[in-house]
Amino acid sequence: MNTQLLIQLLVNGLVVGTLYGVVAMSFVLIYKATQVVNFAQGELLLVGAWVCWWLLTKYQVPFYLGMPITLVFMFLFGIAIQIVILRPMIGEPIISVIMVTIALSTVFSALMKWMFGVNLQPFPRIFQTQNVNILGLQVQTVYLMSLAVSVAMMVGMAWFFRLSKYGLAMRATAFNQQVAQSLGISVKSVFAIAWAISATVSAVAGVVVAVVNGVSAGLSAYGVKVFPAAILGGLDSVGGAVLGGIIIGLLENFAHFLDSEYLHWGNLYEIAPFYALIIILMIKPYGLFGTKDIERV
Amino acid sequence: MATQTLIPAGDFRTTYAADTTVFPTATSRNAMISGIVLICFAPHVVNEYILSLLIQIGIFGIAALGLNIVVGFTGQISIGHAAFFGFGAFTSAYLSNRFGIPVFFCIPLAGAVTAAVGLIFGLPAARLKGLYLAIATLAAQYILLDFFARAEWFTGGSVPASAEPFSIFGYSLRGDKQYFYVVLAYVVVCYLLVTNLIRSRDGRALVAVRDHYLSAEIMGINLTKYRTLSFGLAAFFAGVGGALYAHYNQVVSNEGFGIDRSIIFLAMIIIGGLGSVMGTLMGTAFMVLLPESMEWLSVALRGSPIDQFLGLKNNIAFLREMAIGIIIIVFLVFEPDGLAHRWRQIKAYWKLYPFSH
Repeated sequence: MNTQLLIQLLVNGLVVGTLYGVVAMSFVLIYKATQVVNFAQGELLLVGAWVCWWLLTKYQVPFYLGMPITLVFMFLFGIAIQIVILRPMIGEPIISVIMVTIALSTVFSALMKWMFGVNLQPFPRIFQTQNVNILGLQVQTVYLMSLAVSVAMMVGMAWFFRLSKYGLAMRATAFNQQVAQSLGISVKSVFAIAWAISATVSAVAGVVVAVVNGVSAGLSAYGVKVFPAAILGGLDSVGGAVLGGIIIGLLENFAHFLDSEYLHWGNLYEIAPFYALIIILMIKPYGLFGTKDIERV
Repeated sequence: MATQTLIPAGDFRTTYAADTTVFPTATSRNAMISGIVLICFAPHVVNEYILSLLIQIGIFGIAALGLNIVVGFTGQISIGHAAFFGFGAFTSAYLSNRFGIPVFFCIPLAGAVTAAVGLIFGLPAARLKGLYLAIATLAAQYILLDFFARAEWFTGGSVPASAEPFSIFGYSLRGDKQYFYVVLAYVVVCYLLVTNLIRSRDGRALVAVRDHYLSAEIMGINLTKYRTLSFGLAAFFAGVGGALYAHYNQVVSNEGFGIDRSIIFLAMIIIGGLGSVMGTLMGTAFMVLLPESMEWLSVALRGSPIDQFLGLKNNIAFLREMAIGIIIIVFLVFEPDGLAHRWRQIKAYWKLYPFSH
């Protein structure tokens, strides 16, 4: 048994898993606040990463300036999507809402391909040193950065929901829209802010992935991996989404290890999360931390 | 078809049978029959290109009809329809190549096998909210695509599988002109089947599940049974469509059964009208003709300032994708009932013409 490879893959899994967790968290945020299942989450990553790449390479903006501009742009972008596309859909059947987000994902991914092409573009180097040595393992600096950024975003999100006034308003809206409205919370603006935060957080994750792997249309695959993560954690649990993301990341890499060492089936890495998804749906559809009573009919 | 059509004054229904008839008036029945007879002459009138478009509309129309049963009539969401379509294509090719079963029987058999596969994926989700069926079908899409790439004994792996041309009692059909009639026959049979399904007890049960699942359950409708049934039916029609597609192209490759094709199927039924049998065909025609008309447009605009600005030659594929997405959004926001509804309005307008109120 190749222990070195296993540990390396598990570290990879942890890094990728926290990123899945961050994206799943922003997916669950939208679902909880607005009851919209967002199939365009991966495209939000993609748009954020491309915008940042564009600023950095085309206009030679330094990273410490380019990143905040990207985030502000994505904040406004999220609000715009909510107001222009999703707001008219309030009260429509769930099929229509889901279809709108699927259509949005098609539009955005095609738009990005049109504007920036289909080839993988390397991201400008941000760190001087490539690798750091931790306990005898060569860990890439970008991985450490990715882990740090993900954890920081999770802590920030936890703070926002537990302690800030707006987070409280958002939790109230998620709990019951009518009651929240009668207490003077503007449900409209909560919806818009939920999309804005989700888009911003996704964009951070997108930029992190882009720094590690470069930018390409394949980035939106993260939006698909969100489903196993969010379902495993429970569709309406933000903490569960984070845990689900980490588990899916580890599972993916563990499947890759099994595949390369013993099974030699090939491509198990990509497909394992979806088998996990089907199994979760069969035995525990509300996930680890989801609300039990709402799911079964 | 039988619902919401404008009924001439004085035509009162006195029996339940009269109310559920397929054609509300003799004129509509005659129009439908003469329409089918007219289209039989199509292969002798139109050129090869238009004929191939007609065949595509027929094939995709059958698959989209299946999707409309699950989405439009039962109110569940399926995002993996293209994978089932592909499964039908591979199954039919496999059955005819491996066991030497005549293609005539392979097509319905492929439908049945695909229905069984659909049930496997539909079962866990049929007891859950529609949302979960959507996610389960998304997983089915990826798992089946992976299976196509992996199972070389079944699909030929990276080498496309070949499919026999359609044959009947030892007489094999050659060319699009003859294949057109096969597709036409399947379209007529499938659309008749579904129209009759909707009139039956089971069809009404499906609609009841969509409209209010709790009331439906109280009225004695077994939710799990009907959700699973509708999903199996959808997979069946997807399989039949896929089999027809396989024997039309006579080669089945891994390409073209991805999630983008699934989205196109969804677009077809949304544009045509959710829960409308004839609307499905209109929506399919729309979605087949949309990329073609964009192609014609780009040829017509070649060299013009618009062409230089958009770079039409290189980017037409992306523009097409965007157009599909935008059209879905536009229809959902402005015309959620689809082309079928618009068609009814046009008919009503001309029927009442000078006095519209």
